[in-house]
Amino acid sequence: MDSMLCDICHKTIATVHLTEIVNDKIAEMHICSTCAKNKTEEIKDQLNISDFLGGMSGPGSAIEKEDVSLKCSSCGLSYADFKKKGRLGCGNCYLSFKKMLLPLLKKIHGSTHHAGKKIPQKLASGMPEAKTTDLKGRLERAVQLEEYEEAARLRDEIKNLENKISS
Amino acid sequence: MFENLLTNQDSWLNGKGPSSEIVFSSRVRLARNFADKVFPSRAATSVKEDIRNTMEEIYSRVSALRGSTFVRMEDLEELSRQFLLERHLISQEHMASPKGKGLIVSADERIALMINEEDHLRMQVITSGFDLAACWQVLDGIDTELSGMVNFSFLPDLGYLTSCPTNVGTALRASCMLHIPALVLTKRINKILELLVKISFTARGLFGEGTQALGDFFQISNQGSLGLSEGELIDNLSGVVNQVKEQEIDARDNLLKKYKFSLEDNVWRAFGVLKNCRLIGSKEALSHLSMLSLGLDLGIIKGIKREVINSLFIIIQPAHLQRIEGKLLKEEERDYIRASILRERLVFED
Repeated sequence: MDSMLCDICHKTIATVHLTEIVNDKIAEMHICSTCAKNKTEEIKDQLNISDFLGGMSGPGSAIEKEDVSLKCSSCGLSYADFKKKGRLGCGNCYLSFKKMLLPLLKKIHGSTHHAGKKIPQKLASGMPEAKTTDLKGRLERAVQLEEYEEAARLRDEIKNLENKISS
Repeated sequence: MFENLLTNQDSWLNGKGPSSEIVFSSRVRLARNFADKVFPSRAATSVKEDIRNTMEEIYSRVSALRGSTFVRMEDLEELSRQFLLERHLISQEHMASPKGKGLIVSADERIALMINEEDHLRMQVITSGFDLAACWQVLDGIDTELSGMVNFSFLPDLGYLTSCPTNVGTALRASCMLHIPALVLTKRINKILELLVKISFTARGLFGEGTQALGDFFQISNQGSLGLSEGELIDNLSGVVNQVKEQEIDARDNLLKKYKFSLEDNVWRAFGVLKNCRLIGSKEALSHLSMLSLGLDLGIIKGIKREVINSLFIIIQPAHLQRIEGKLLKEEERDYIRASILRERLVFED
């Protein structure tokens, strides 16, 4: 295969071949891995969800008072962080940021109501291993919140369960 | 594990299934997160390891996952991870930063569960040909069985909660990989891509997000995941894929009518290059394989097995070549081995 030089830096041999569709036209680029990395970042930025958000918080927008300093009560992620990265921190973020998220969901999906599969009813009482994982999560949080009584109770419960599993 | 994968004849690459001359494969994936656990991008390693351990303990109790393989991504070398990417079993992100991540893959490679990618679980079912409903049926079963063992993050009004709000609700993405060389040759593809975006469907290249359309393959998928049921999302996508498929059939008829000689020439030249080359890059090989595949569909060339061509699309990629040879190879060595594999495998059978 013919080696060609990178279209961006013109120094290194191109190893990545990129096709972009811009205004209905297909444009090809041949670039080296370093420039490709930069390009990926660029594309990520272009497709960042913050554009959606930015586009929505302009004058006359439904959410004029967007509180970017608001934090998730469970994982501590701030709304500003979410706007920057486009990723939420935990399930509770959906509740903490609900006011701001609903218009966004409407824009992305054209809807704000789930119409699909519901979480199935628990079969039996769940598997013991999964239950200990769940308890360990609760224990971690109890320690963080300095609820030591609850933490001690959870610790004993985990011990009991683990003994049962191993016996 | 990898030795089996390399010789796997019964995978989704077998070239069978409905409409497989145009729809190469169908895939449905679901995202799920454990309730009360921080999503992977913000989770401490210990949280991710807990989730991975839980999955390791319970996966074999899911009927469809019996006999599957479980791997910790950081236990694999980069080449092996690249290999899994080339086989569409993991994503770019899963390959690039393996720490705390896991993979469960069924023996026939039709089912793959990525652990701690963007969400705690990304579960996919893939099949050859055009059959999204069959994928969904298997995936739905896996999800229901897992729901009996794990608490998934869910709100009644918003559905399944995901790290990125673009996936919330059903957390389902369905996609079909289409081989549409006639639409590319006649340049009708541009209009179609434009239209797809307008009606909220996404088209991407062979390896998903951010990749180019190599070998005339395009992947079409749904964009929204909230507000419609899983069945409706799949029906809508099937409708769109069917339309594009019809367009491709029409474009093929047209090519045959108007440019019969030049089409025949192109197909046989592609075969000539593949059968005689001594050095060939993957991009060039993919484009000739695409032409050869079209020639096979249209009866211009006969006697080469469809599954041979389909598997070549995958195994001429860098990590596969290096797996076959069992060592790291420089670019020129790869081009040389790629050429010899193509010459050796493209044979006429009775």
